[in-house]
Amino acid sequence: MLNLKSVGAEPTGPSTDPAEGLLNPAETFESVSAKIGGIVLERKHPPFWWISFGIAFLLLMGLLYGITILFAYGVGIWGINIPVAWGFAIVNFVWWIGIGHAGTLISAILLLLLQKWRNSINRLAEAMTLFAVGCAGMFPLLHLGRPWAFYWILPYPNTMGLWPQFRSALVWDVFAVGTYFTVSLLFWYTGLVPDLSTMRDRAKTRFSQIIFGILSLGWRGSAIHWKNYQTVYLILAGLSTPLVLSVHSVVSFDFSTAIVPGWHTTIFPPYFVAGAVYSGFAMVLNILIPVRYFYRLDELVTPRHLNCMANVMLTTGLMVVYGYIMETFTSWYSGDIFEQYQVINRTIGPYGPIYWALILFNVLIPQLLWSKRIRTNPVSLFLVALSVNLGMWLERFVIVIVSLHRDFLPSSWGIFAPTGWDWLILSGSLGLFCSLIFLFIRFLPLISIFEVREIIASRTEGAA
Amino acid sequence: MEHRAYSEHGLSGKKRSNLPSRPVFSNQWGSLEELANNPEFRKWPDPEFSTGASEFVDPLARREFMRLMGASLALMAASGCHRPPQQKIVPYVEQPELLVPGRPLFFATAMPFNGSATGILVQSNEGRPTKIEGNPSHPLSLGATSIFEQAAILTLCDPDRSRTIIHEGQIETWESFLSAWLPEQDRQLSQGGRTLRFLIDSVTSPTLVWQIGQLQKRYPGAKWYQWEPISQATIIEGYRSILGRPAQPQYRLAEADVIVAFDSDFLFDSPFRLINTRAFAGRRNYQRPDFSSPNRLFVAEPSPTITGSMAELRLPIAARQIGLLVQLLANRLGVGDPGPKVDDPQAKAWIDACVTELQAARGRSVVLAGFRQSPLIHRWIHAINVSLGNVGRTITYREVPAVVVPQPFGGIAQLAQELDSGRAETIILLGGNPAFDTPVDLEFQKRLSRSHFSLHLSLYYDETSAACQWHIPENHFLESWSDSTASDGSTGIIQPLIAPLYGGHSRHELLALFLGQISVQDYDIVRDYWRSHGQWDDFEKQWRKALNDGILAVNLAQTAEIAWSAEAPPATSDAPNENQSIELSFHPDPTLWDGRLANNGWLQELPKPFTRITWDNPALVSPSLAKELRLVNGDVIEIQSGSSRAEIPVWILPGQAKRTISVYLGGGRTRAGRVGNGVGFNTYQLRNYDFLWFAPRVEVRKTDTRAQLVSTQLHHAMQGREPVRTRTYAEFIHQEIPTTEVVENPALDETLYNFRKMLTAEHQWGMVINLNSCIGCNACVVACQSENNIPVVGKDQVWRGREMHWIRVDRYYEGDPDAPNLYHQPVPCMHCETAPCELVCPVEATLHSAEGLNQQVYNRCIGTRYCSNNCPYKVRRFNFLQFADTKTPSLQLGWNPQVTVRSRGVMEKCTYCVQRIRAVEFDAERGNRRIKDGEIIPACAQVCPAEAITFGDINDQNSLVAQLKANRLNYGLLEELNTRPRTTYLAKVVDVGHATVNPKQGQE
Repeated sequence: MLNLKSVGAEPTGPSTDPAEGLLNPAETFESVSAKIGGIVLERKHPPFWWISFGIAFLLLMGLLYGITILFAYGVGIWGINIPVAWGFAIVNFVWWIGIGHAGTLISAILLLLLQKWRNSINRLAEAMTLFAVGCAGMFPLLHLGRPWAFYWILPYPNTMGLWPQFRSALVWDVFAVGTYFTVSLLFWYTGLVPDLSTMRDRAKTRFSQIIFGILSLGWRGSAIHWKNYQTVYLILAGLSTPLVLSVHSVVSFDFSTAIVPGWHTTIFPPYFVAGAVYSGFAMVLNILIPVRYFYRLDELVTPRHLNCMANVMLTTGLMVVYGYIMETFTSWYSGDIFEQYQVINRTIGPYGPIYWALILFNVLIPQLLWSKRIRTNPVSLFLVALSVNLGMWLERFVIVIVSLHRDFLPSSWGIFAPTGWDWLILSGSLGLFCSLIFLFIRFLPLISIFEVREIIASRTEGAA
Repeated sequence: MEHRAYSEHGLSGKKRSNLPSRPVFSNQWGSLEELANNPEFRKWPDPEFSTGASEFVDPLARREFMRLMGASLALMAASGCHRPPQQKIVPYVEQPELLVPGRPLFFATAMPFNGSATGILVQSNEGRPTKIEGNPSHPLSLGATSIFEQAAILTLCDPDRSRTIIHEGQIETWESFLSAWLPEQDRQLSQGGRTLRFLIDSVTSPTLVWQIGQLQKRYPGAKWYQWEPISQATIIEGYRSILGRPAQPQYRLAEADVIVAFDSDFLFDSPFRLINTRAFAGRRNYQRPDFSSPNRLFVAEPSPTITGSMAELRLPIAARQIGLLVQLLANRLGVGDPGPKVDDPQAKAWIDACVTELQAARGRSVVLAGFRQSPLIHRWIHAINVSLGNVGRTITYREVPAVVVPQPFGGIAQLAQELDSGRAETIILLGGNPAFDTPVDLEFQKRLSRSHFSLHLSLYYDETSAACQWHIPENHFLESWSDSTASDGSTGIIQPLIAPLYGGHSRHELLALFLGQISVQDYDIVRDYWRSHGQWDDFEKQWRKALNDGILAVNLAQTAEIAWSAEAPPATSDAPNENQSIELSFHPDPTLWDGRLANNGWLQELPKPFTRITWDNPALVSPSLAKELRLVNGDVIEIQSGSSRAEIPVWILPGQAKRTISVYLGGGRTRAGRVGNGVGFNTYQLRNYDFLWFAPRVEVRKTDTRAQLVSTQLHHAMQGREPVRTRTYAEFIHQEIPTTEVVENPALDETLYNFRKMLTAEHQWGMVINLNSCIGCNACVVACQSENNIPVVGKDQVWRGREMHWIRVDRYYEGDPDAPNLYHQPVPCMHCETAPCELVCPVEATLHSAEGLNQQVYNRCIGTRYCSNNCPYKVRRFNFLQFADTKTPSLQLGWNPQVTVRSRGVMEKCTYCVQRIRAVEFDAERGNRRIKDGEIIPACAQVCPAEAITFGDINDQNSLVAQLKANRLNYGLLEELNTRPRTTYLAKVVDVGHATVNPKQGQE
């Protein structure tokens, strides 16, 4: 079995058993496989699944309708204008990409840091990452004035002899997001292979056996397989780790390389990454907590998991708060009237209430996480995570729209008001995301079976 | 293409290299006379030319057009409407052998407007008129035009223009009209035209006057009336009362050191607007080496006008108090008895300043009042000018040619009465829209229906057409032959640029019909007139010269000898210092004039000065009145003036006189067309016959409703950013402070990306905009729209912040909200050398040319809009939807074929009119010659009556633009961002009126 000690790493963390509280001690190899595999194979889906999936699917249909109208008439159906040429599409893009950070962080960085608590949640987090990045990736295309020409942004040989303009951060975005999506997909799929074979072996119908058989790529669980698997998984983890930091850094370049007051600041890359992890963990919690409740996975996803994730949220949240403070400070310290006005306008301008709502949801409410009772109570933690997700969306709104609506020349200042289409496409992207999550729950093991078994194994070894 | 082309090619195709160069900034059009007598020119084969320009050449477009008409009511009548072009018209200069596809020709004609006319050159692309420029040899144009001339192209192409004869709402043919008219004609002939009445909007055509004279002989009992809702009638009447003959003052503003204007927007609403602007702005050319001293302008007016915005000292004051103010000034200058005193300290200070300045500038000043003031005021003004010794020096009087004398008093009311009493049985309305724009208490629309036979000839099936039994579509002036006399008496031939699109009829043809001449064409009528009255030796030669030049050698207006008496007229009856009541004041709409242009999308969408409102005409109230009535922008108020009442939303306008409300005429049309219907509010409903221009006492009540008003500029303060930089006159004279501020930009070589290496071409284009000259007239905006095929987006889209103008005129306020300083700043693309837009485009759709142009490649643009975000000037415009109307065939006629029509999803912006640059560059290359300075003129610069925009090669140290950039007033907008803009500004010199220094001393 996978034993991280074999790569020479020493376990870190508290001296007590790092696996304590991560699993009900009564769980066995068989019970874990049955519990997780059963969700897919035995098709006993609670009404929760049907209702939630139904709602998500309706929203998804709304998205398709919205996109159809968008492509037929153009981005003018949104509220964007001159000066606010970027609107919800970019807000949503940055928000979703941020959410897409948790999976890789949990899977790769925590793997390298030997945080065993990740084992119960990494699969779902990775899937969430993929879907979030997928939702994010959709927005730049929808955002284009002429979406049918989107591929011009890619460097491909063409008869016009034209290349993308590599000085533009948008081109970097394509590479950053594209790489991230690819590596995340590989990482997720590689991690799925042993479990797919378990599913194949446990499947009762011929159809499932064939499908899972194909997907498991001939995995037989031999020692060679495990050795190769381990090597590949660690390499991918190593590749993913810098990507976690680079993607949102590059996304932040979309703003920080521009000269717009409120965008043009060096603090953006770390501040964006922290914010991304912050919202990513919030989204994992927002999904995990209901799933855990409705699928009765309390034994696999324990209060300790919640506590760990809440701690990460609290930490990254504080980094984000630091970002807010420094942004304000440097605006004042710069002596630049445009930067200074930007802060004034954010706080007391026409969008002032949105800024203060952001402070409430993103700064004040998450401070509840200092309390362990809040951290380990699924309901309160769910609500705090919800507040963070909302807050992070508002933060992107403030960065993108509030910065643009009043820039240099007072004569060109404007205002942005979202239209129904803006909201439809935002809610539709949530619908797409949730639909994918629910289909994932329905068709693939949502918790890594073999990695949970690993915890059991390590405990057995430790006991022995 | 720019009009320079014809001075090049017109002379001779063979001798192109020896062309005389056109002097920089000269208004002369030197080669024309010479040209007209050029034997080669006279050899032009007639038939070859006669078909070329007037034919609607594209058969495909015509078919498409007919298809569209089939869908509407027009098709039924269309078959009989299209006339084959038959008449000869002559291009301005270009030779016919140069009539090649892609090379536009220019034709001289004239645009009649509101009792005057402007000489214009019309660009014709393969028979399609697409752009109008001023005729440099026309004394009222001098090469410039206003928004009205620019927008005429769109009116020509308007698909909503009337296309067919309509009788009582039913489509009819010309033949059925004739069968209805001929019995009516016989009836009138039998009674000598006793009950025949004509109403015409304005007469500027000598030929028409000739025809009217013939008609009067044929129908001795017939009467002619004239009505324009906005006219110079009060001024002319004032001078008639002095002279005995109708006359109009014409100012030599170039020679006036001090100008005092009472309620006069002489830079906009005067027929002399273009030359007034040229002369006025010419005295503010601080950048010229030979600059001696600026003029000083003092304005007293109720509502801010562009003229008022240029004043050194502007006094916001109610229109009813202007008379008092005029008398006070007269008294202070020793004319008339000491009158009542003025308590208002502001007014006192204003009068004091005027008196001081005027006394120091005797014989070098002008005092004038606008047409909104009564004839009596104009007599006072005359007395003041006489006492100052201005008459004959800075002011001359031109006798108004009999043909253009408007009838302000009595005319329309008498006609209304005659209609009422049945004495006007047959009424012929030629143009105009009296059912809409006559004073509401005349109830003209209702009375019109009492006539036995009514006929309206007009461009649109409008409110008046609907109230008449018969409607006949009128030809646009670009479709018909005529002639016109401008306010200064200069007369030109109007020649068509295209066959009538909708098969209408001209006034000449209709009057010929009334004279019993059936199927006579306007071409023959106009030629007949000039053949018999022109006193020309060689008619054909002179005729061709007239067409070629656009102006005749004769001037129909005699200089009037005027009584030089400074005798004080009787005092006006204004109640002194009556401050309590609220005054309602009517003004011409700054874009729609009197409402006749309401279906013109360019003008509807053109932001009105100061308010920057489009697609509306709210009531303008002062900040203090708004405070008193607790009004905010968009609140609807009810105004009651006498028995008339209207509801209208308000807009708070800094600089509006305290207890006044100003409204623009012309909104709220109901039958303007698809563009203009229901846009704005009908303020004619409040206009009573006794108070044509201002009602001293109105009741105002705030209602609970609100209306959506759309302005393109929501912020008016400069926020400490100094987009408009100013220097006081003292600072300028003593050169104490360098106007070009030292900006901490990195040195040119402190960069990893040396943009200078890219700027390799011989010519480096740049622009300078002189803020001292710019009066904010908006002509550049419409010119740019016409030249560059810029779409109209509509009120809703403007509300969303998506107007498409490539050049905008920003305005800023400074100081006291009730009497602020007003600034205009035209903002096109800055063509930054280190353009922030370029490096953020992922597909390199915007990039720099070797000549320093910031280019936008529409085909490559995928619409990320990142460039716009990163543009600190926000001059980029995005096609959020399919804004360009590519479906309406008639609108396609007006497009400039040199400029791509953009589709949705692409960014666009000012190109410095790259198509004009390229045309000259190609031409210079073919001719193996250098491009001359001033040879390339962008549309905005060409139209500018103030000559505020200069374009040229900044690499050439001798070019005008390079010299201007070296001037110490030169600065770059937001240059502290290190954008290195190619468009720069000359800082505005202020406080001139307060300067006591002698300018001559300061220059030493």
